[in-house]
Amino acid sequence: MKRKPVFAALFAASLILLFATRPTECFAQIDIHIHTATNTMESHIHGLTGEAFGDGQGRPDVGAQLYRRYCIGCHGPNGDGSGENAMWFDPTMGFAKPRDFTLAVFKCRSTPTGTLPTEEDLFDSVTRGFVNTNMPSWRPLTEQERANLIAMVKAFSPRWQAEKPGAPITIPPETAPTVESILHGRELFDKIQCWKCHGPEGRGDGPSALTLTDTKGNPIRPYDFTTGERFKCGASNQDLYRIFMTGLDGTPMPSFSDNIKPEEAWDLVHFLRTLQVTLKTPELATFQTWLKGHPNTLKPIGQEVP
Amino acid sequence: MLSEFVDGKRLAGRLLPSSFFMLSCMILSFIFIDAKPAYTLPLSHPGSVRAIPAFARKYGLPCSACHTAWPELNWFGQAFRDNGYQLMNDRDSPIWQNPSFFPITFRITPNWHRENTNHQAVDSIPGDGAGSVLVDGTVRQHGFDLSGFDLWTAGTLFKNISFSLLPSADSTGAFHFENAFVRFDNLFNSRWVNLRFGKFELDNLISEKRFLFLSANGGIYQLYHFVPVGDSNTFGLGDNQLGLELAGHSINSYTRYSVALLSSNDGQVGLPANRGYDTYLTFSQAFQVGSLGLQRFGAYAYIGERPTFSQTTSGTLIPGTGMGNKSFYRVGFSGDFFFGKFEFLPLYMHGHDNVFLGTATPSNQPLLPGARAPSWNGGFVETHYYYSPQLVLTQRVEIIRMAQQAFPSTPAAAGDPSIPDNQGNINAYSVGFRWYPIMFSRAGLSWHNEFSIVKSIGIVPLSGSGNGLPPLSPTAGVWSNSVFTGLDFDF
Repeated sequence: MKRKPVFAALFAASLILLFATRPTECFAQIDIHIHTATNTMESHIHGLTGEAFGDGQGRPDVGAQLYRRYCIGCHGPNGDGSGENAMWFDPTMGFAKPRDFTLAVFKCRSTPTGTLPTEEDLFDSVTRGFVNTNMPSWRPLTEQERANLIAMVKAFSPRWQAEKPGAPITIPPETAPTVESILHGRELFDKIQCWKCHGPEGRGDGPSALTLTDTKGNPIRPYDFTTGERFKCGASNQDLYRIFMTGLDGTPMPSFSDNIKPEEAWDLVHFLRTLQVTLKTPELATFQTWLKGHPNTLKPIGQEVP
Repeated sequence: MLSEFVDGKRLAGRLLPSSFFMLSCMILSFIFIDAKPAYTLPLSHPGSVRAIPAFARKYGLPCSACHTAWPELNWFGQAFRDNGYQLMNDRDSPIWQNPSFFPITFRITPNWHRENTNHQAVDSIPGDGAGSVLVDGTVRQHGFDLSGFDLWTAGTLFKNISFSLLPSADSTGAFHFENAFVRFDNLFNSRWVNLRFGKFELDNLISEKRFLFLSANGGIYQLYHFVPVGDSNTFGLGDNQLGLELAGHSINSYTRYSVALLSSNDGQVGLPANRGYDTYLTFSQAFQVGSLGLQRFGAYAYIGERPTFSQTTSGTLIPGTGMGNKSFYRVGFSGDFFFGKFEFLPLYMHGHDNVFLGTATPSNQPLLPGARAPSWNGGFVETHYYYSPQLVLTQRVEIIRMAQQAFPSTPAAAGDPSIPDNQGNINAYSVGFRWYPIMFSRAGLSWHNEFSIVKSIGIVPLSGSGNGLPPLSPTAGVWSNSVFTGLDFDF
């Protein structure tokens, strides 16, 4: 009998705690606004995951739960990149703002500029993460979980209802990374003015670097080849080829597919590898060997013709 | 259809009945405790528990990104930890952080708890030690209290060099270093080579430092600290140890291993006892099992030694000079399995201590008649049900059974020492829930509720602060239970 007042007090305190102090910014209680009909919120990448649900769709219910658990802090309940942490990402410090899924504009694609990416592209992005942002690799999640997240990401924009993803570009076999290829790539780097943003030595310090903004008006930095270990959209030569042939939509990095031929693109890839001085790539070794035998031969990059 | 899963209003509507459910659990706990006698002890934080809002602040991820329910890690959090508190992007080095960022976190749990233990040897007349005889009695304590306190800083000193420093206090404010280490990550540009030096938690697949129980009885894995009756061994698998660890993992941390060389002092600083070394080996592998997701299996082996006597000066022990080392081991396997919203954490352990340790006999002296090496088996199954990232229901069943006592229950000759076959056996059960009314990337708050009960045969219960009393009879079943409700917060 003596304990009853104590328990009554605890019970009352519990009630107060539960109903009087319900927080308003608890993310599980925030509406997640979906702009797309439920029946289009699916992913058909069971070939990647080895799993198939029904006709091969992702799991929208699980995708929503996963989004709430992992993504909402940055990308926000509306998928517009306005999560509670977005304000703390300072683009001037090199931290890109979270992606706005409502626009359905994605940097890393295998499809031509201006088109939607494939689901495999989104899956690869979630798996790989973005090396120079706070977006980590979600590889510890199972493949099916990542596929379910793709289904969720697609639900934020009506573009996925109105359009189909573009056809992936064809990447021809890589040419040999000869010194001729590297030198021609260097000429292209100069000619198509990559240096204006990336700088003559690829340090991301070209004359236009400080003026660049993305499509949302946020400052954006060109990639610094001399310090980065990986590229934003991959690490291989094929990934690098794909980046400048498709462009990074939403950024000032355009597609060069109309400006250079495929074999020339490989030459540019080989030259860009020589800018990665911290990685000591084979292309860099080849180029340095040639330079020793040909001192003072090359015209400096970025000397515009008067 | 989808909106049923994501519509906030509907979700909020669901939380209300769940709140009543939680209250019901709490009330049932209060009722339940009167069904059995029990006891208890002053509460200390059951092992310093781990969750780091500092990392959430650094990377902008919500608690739920790294924790199933904090402080327990999910697979992403485990990979983050395996990578040396790094996301493995180009922004891990502290040079990228705002200079005002300081990776520090505080954790404490104001609480109310009630402890009961029966079969305690108490004075027949309280306060009259001389005029009393010891009788079998029940000790009951309850009141508002504080847990221990963690003041933890961890992070990166540089890309691929991480650190952790955790001064931790008991509920009276007496500090010790729960962990302090530097870790060199991805040596030789390989995830398989990471070297840690200092005091750290053993690489247990089921961590006692990041689990979801806080009460005096439920706040420890009995198996992680068990030693048989009369044993001089001080080892606890749940205790942080001092030493050197080589660990590695695959890119997604599905495959993990650890090899540690540890000082034989159970993590105590100042070389208090021994100058020997122990070894701990762990391996685990995770598999994607269809729609069930990731399932992990693991095995472990701790092989150690403890001194049985020391050098002395005028009969006084000289610290750190232990000799006559005798061996012991703990081996077993464990797992982490998911079935939808259910998580199962099973663990099996076989323990064995050398006969000199088991009988607390210096190895330069003869053993008593009938002395044997004690061994035991035990296991537990812990279950979590994740209703949402903000509500988790928990329960755990744990059993320890002596396989061989240090002395037979029936001695060969009258007067020889004996130990009942079941003395030291333990049954334990815990149930509870944690509700996280806020969960974002700055801080964490959890309303923790738990009921736990332990039955141990003829011994002082392992739980609580260790101030329990041995029963009058070595075969008495000592029941000890805890009721705990508290606000567990981490900033």
